[in-house]
Amino acid sequence: MTNTSLVVELTILVLAIFLGFEVISKVPTMLHTPLMSGTNFIHGIVIVGAIIVLGYADDGVTKTIGFVAMVLATANVVGGWFVTDRMLEMFKRRPTDRERKR
Amino acid sequence: MISDPDVVGLLYLVAIVCFIVALRFLSSPKHARRGNWIGGIGMLVAIGTTLALDGIGNWGLIIGGAAIGAVVGLVGARTVKMTAMPQMVALFNGVGGGAAALVAFSEFHVAGGDVSGDEIVSIVLSSLIGSVSFAGSMVAFAKLQELVSGRPIVFRGQNVVDSAILLGAVALGIALVAGLEEQWALVALIGFALLFGVMFVLPIGGADMPVVISLLNAFTGLAASATGFVLDSTVLIVAGMLVGASGTLLTLKMATAMNRSVANVLFGAFGQVQAVAPGERADDGRTVRATTPEDVAVQLSFARKVVVVPGYGMAVAQAQHDVRQLAEVLEERGVDVAYAIHPVAGRMPGHMNVLLAEANVPYDQLKEMDEINPEFAQTDVALVIGANDVTNPAARSDPSSPIYGMPILDVDKAASVIVMKRSMNPGFAGIDNELYLDPRTTMLFGDAKDSVVKLIGAVKAQ
Repeated sequence: MTNTSLVVELTILVLAIFLGFEVISKVPTMLHTPLMSGTNFIHGIVIVGAIIVLGYADDGVTKTIGFVAMVLATANVVGGWFVTDRMLEMFKRRPTDRERKR
Repeated sequence: MISDPDVVGLLYLVAIVCFIVALRFLSSPKHARRGNWIGGIGMLVAIGTTLALDGIGNWGLIIGGAAIGAVVGLVGARTVKMTAMPQMVALFNGVGGGAAALVAFSEFHVAGGDVSGDEIVSIVLSSLIGSVSFAGSMVAFAKLQELVSGRPIVFRGQNVVDSAILLGAVALGIALVAGLEEQWALVALIGFALLFGVMFVLPIGGADMPVVISLLNAFTGLAASATGFVLDSTVLIVAGMLVGASGTLLTLKMATAMNRSVANVLFGAFGQVQAVAPGERADDGRTVRATTPEDVAVQLSFARKVVVVPGYGMAVAQAQHDVRQLAEVLEERGVDVAYAIHPVAGRMPGHMNVLLAEANVPYDQLKEMDEINPEFAQTDVALVIGANDVTNPAARSDPSSPIYGMPILDVDKAASVIVMKRSMNPGFAGIDNELYLDPRTTMLFGDAKDSVVKLIGAVKAQ
């Protein structure tokens, strides 16, 4: 792990807030559901935390907690990504292939 | 394995850039799917980097946990029906929050409570927000899946009880930050937070769900970000905060679309009002007029412009494919068909768009509220399918109405209005809809899917 100081981390945090608002405000209403599900996938990044906890765990309690965290975080990542992909696939269709049956 | 912290940091930076680009690509349906792939690559880079860190062990547990989680996620994501999407989003949101809280807790446990000042603040925040998000999302899931009633569940003194629970959690948090190095305190804090999560979503239901789901989404992002401070991980801080910002923005947008404050949505559960049976309505002698599919088919077939107004009722009946078919049959007859989408129609932001996209409705036919409202005056028939409160003119005219001030779709400006509804039950807000008493309105009672199928047949027979 890098040894960033708290102030640097807070700076990054604040910049991320502004960046987040900036990027998200460009998302059209039509895509709000994929946006939610896509951001759902992105907060699956806690999987990094789960791996660190579980990977360095050496007592039973930590292993158990880490394992549960690992299951939950992986479900978040995998489920979030596939749900988003499924939704966006539908939006990609152009009016021309409307004739194709459901 | 990777031992240089700079290399690790740079690889995490690659992941961060991927996430930002993924969100950026969501600005248009054309690139959105590619964006999700880029986000996926970023996630793989972050996971790969973490697995390659020096000293990572317990491989059996890591692989086992990942396998279970992956199967659950994959099966859930692939098999869920599009109409069940809101609860799926809630579920995946909840597990993320749970994971964040667990990670924070285990850091506390490993250190035996002996952690630095800024670390304990982060641990407390992550445990608190993550647990609220987990429990809240699970209740939201149960409500949307109709495992528990979707109606608001309220009792006397609810706000007092809720406040007491939250206060308990916050007090424990303050004690921990002040130097109480006891694990039971953190466990109790998580317990209170879980309870609060349950209590705060229970009284919210139905039409307010888009606000709650966005808010819970923001919570999980914030919890992930706080976990990043615990682990000194910039990728967690940034990715979590991007989600936090996104969820916050969506929450505010949804609340604005209902002209209510977020606090009002969360704590001001609407009262329920008794339904009025058709024809029984007494005031000023106006009654609800019921109609038949054949009559409606004639009206639709000879209209120039029809605007379809979908709502949650369409989702429940899974009528989106049939609605698209009806629109196609009408278009073949030269009728101009558009769809009017209210920002809070359905149970999550953009719900109707996803359903209609699933049914292959071209997205340029979907009109947002501001775009479609001026067009209702030139519309011959407004076909309201399972939408209620978002069409209620009381929002414009009746200051005593709980939805007064909420921007609505001006369907009552159309030459005639046909409302498809299961029964005369009021909408989620529990209030009567003046629209149904309008002389230009006729009601087509029954399941939305059945009615639309009948309409297709009747239009074809014209």
